[in-house]
Amino acid sequence: MSAAEALLRVEDLHVEFPSEDGVVHAVDGITYQVHAGRTLGIVGESGSGKTVSSLTTLGLTRRQGARISGRILFEGKDLLTLPEEGLRAIRGNDIAMIFQDPLSALHPLYRVGKQLVEAVLAHRDVPKAKARERAIELLGLVGIPDPAKRVDAYPHEFSGGMRQRAMIAMALANEPKLLIADEPTTALDVTVQAQILALMERLQRELGMAILIITHDLGVVAEMADDIAVMYAGRIVETGSAESIFAKPQHPYTWGLLRSIPRLGTSRDEELVPIFGTPPSLISPPSGCHFHPRCPYAQPDHARIDPQLEPVADEPSHFVACLLETEVRRRLWGELGAGGTPEQALAEAGLPAGKDPAQPVEEHT
Amino acid sequence: MIRYIIRRLLLGIVLLLVVCLVTFILFRVLPTGNPAVLRAGRDPQPKLIKEIEVVLGLNKSLPAQFWDYLKEVVLHFNFGYSYYSQEAVRSLISERLSATLSLTVGAAVLWIVAGLSVGIISALRRHSLLDRTVMGASLVMISAPEFWLGLVFLYLFASDIGQFKILPGAGSYVGLTHDPWKWFTSLIMPWVVLASGSAAVYARLMRSSLSEVMREDYIRTARAKGLRDRAVVGHGVRAAINPIFTLFGLEVGVLLGGAILVETVFNIPGIGRASYQAIQSSDFPVIQGTVLLASMFIIIANILVDIAYAYLDPRVRYS
Repeated sequence: MSAAEALLRVEDLHVEFPSEDGVVHAVDGITYQVHAGRTLGIVGESGSGKTVSSLTTLGLTRRQGARISGRILFEGKDLLTLPEEGLRAIRGNDIAMIFQDPLSALHPLYRVGKQLVEAVLAHRDVPKAKARERAIELLGLVGIPDPAKRVDAYPHEFSGGMRQRAMIAMALANEPKLLIADEPTTALDVTVQAQILALMERLQRELGMAILIITHDLGVVAEMADDIAVMYAGRIVETGSAESIFAKPQHPYTWGLLRSIPRLGTSRDEELVPIFGTPPSLISPPSGCHFHPRCPYAQPDHARIDPQLEPVADEPSHFVACLLETEVRRRLWGELGAGGTPEQALAEAGLPAGKDPAQPVEEHT
Repeated sequence: MIRYIIRRLLLGIVLLLVVCLVTFILFRVLPTGNPAVLRAGRDPQPKLIKEIEVVLGLNKSLPAQFWDYLKEVVLHFNFGYSYYSQEAVRSLISERLSATLSLTVGAAVLWIVAGLSVGIISALRRHSLLDRTVMGASLVMISAPEFWLGLVFLYLFASDIGQFKILPGAGSYVGLTHDPWKWFTSLIMPWVVLASGSAAVYARLMRSSLSEVMREDYIRTARAKGLRDRAVVGHGVRAAINPIFTLFGLEVGVLLGGAILVETVFNIPGIGRASYQAIQSSDFPVIQGTVLLASMFIIIANILVDIAYAYLDPRVRYS
């Protein structure tokens, strides 16, 4: 996994939005890479900057007055310095994107076919009839029954799952090298979610594209991702292969995410534990480790020291930004992974009981 | 859909009968000038007034008068005769319809083109100097009454009383078939005056509607698939135009019933001026006829807008 091979390489990306209340640091220096044919999952709660970073990749935050710095290298070209027309030629062609809510992401007054045809014609100089054939072929490819008829339907005549299939068909129109999927299953029923994920995996195998999947749902990344980056408050706090993140999670925030979803293999009466508190303000983020106000294991000096992403001992491709000692983290997760409470884990690790985690009034959703 | 249209048409006919009754009550039952007195000349003999009342049928009871009127309208499509000129109301209206039609259609084209293009440019460059300037100007145009604006235009540009004698002034209207060029030049000022207020309203509507739409997810999708800016704006305009279209249809319907102020200021022999004159002289059959015509246009415009809406927005289905 050398950097040279990466299809997409994001380096020290900062995205800030000036607002009336102050500058919003939506993305605060993140670095990640996506390799051809592989899947990176970016995980985090709403407001952690995961969507903004991917929209920035396509240059879609430029108009919103964002201040952007860093580099986004796609096949060696820096997308941040590319003029608008050059970026347009890449959008939907080399890099395509699908969105959370397919109903609002499809134009309600245009037929699905027309929207697909447009996507083809935006990048290919082919006759309309050819583009329409392609649209029908694409709808078939994503598993929409009777595509020759459905091509003339309007989005509201499709079910939620079919709409997302249509979105995927549109994204695939020009066989992109990279597909960015922003919460592609969040708005769908659970059974349909599984179908959509399976569809994306099949298409990835068939077309060999790379996928960047953005989600708050660890279940989705467990299914899809080769590599995972966990984002919190505009930063990546932990990154590594999917196996290492699920087997040996290092960051207390990742622990929180893992413990807030049900998993097979855990005891039936083990309770799900929410992460208390709310995501921090991105205008004036907490000092030191951004997670310390919500971290049950935070020590007094964690409010001062800003942790950097560092390799985990014995795992060179697993990085974490946490101020706790490796050994302490190992013991904490050992206890938590076995179903213990944070208090038990603290005792086990021999740490002084931290302050109360932020008052548990509002659970994050 | 067909059943829906038929139901709407039947409802429209009922509505027209109600309009008939209401105007009848308004102008006949409630105290207005006695048309017989108005016709009898200066210092009339009571006998003469009585005679005129008999001729006009004013001596019958009010329900009987209404029944007579309704019978003529429904059976013979006859709206009676002007108390003044004796002319049949039907021919009086049809003579004047072309002037009103010319005025309304020209103005409508002008205001929809001007309003929408200004609105689109403003929406795409919100808070720019251009946006602020045209939105400020539009507020002035909305606030300026038509009759005042009409007089200002005449004062500035009319060939008889204007400061810059470049356009034919009031009373210069001729029919399109008579002299197309004169028809066109004589209508330039009325068109502009009639269109200005609406154009400003449409510009503001389009601006707010489009700037809202441009934040929608599907606009982001359009960008994300690599469409050019023009095509992306096209997606926005397509979605933003629907509410404006509804208003447009109704407004044209209303104006076809007569643009009273503008027709009066520019002395255009249209339906608006006819009804104005008829009201001044208690010419009941003409009032009744113009009101009925105006209501008919509004009802038809309503139905047409509803039908067209089903095509404009496929999510709308009537049953």
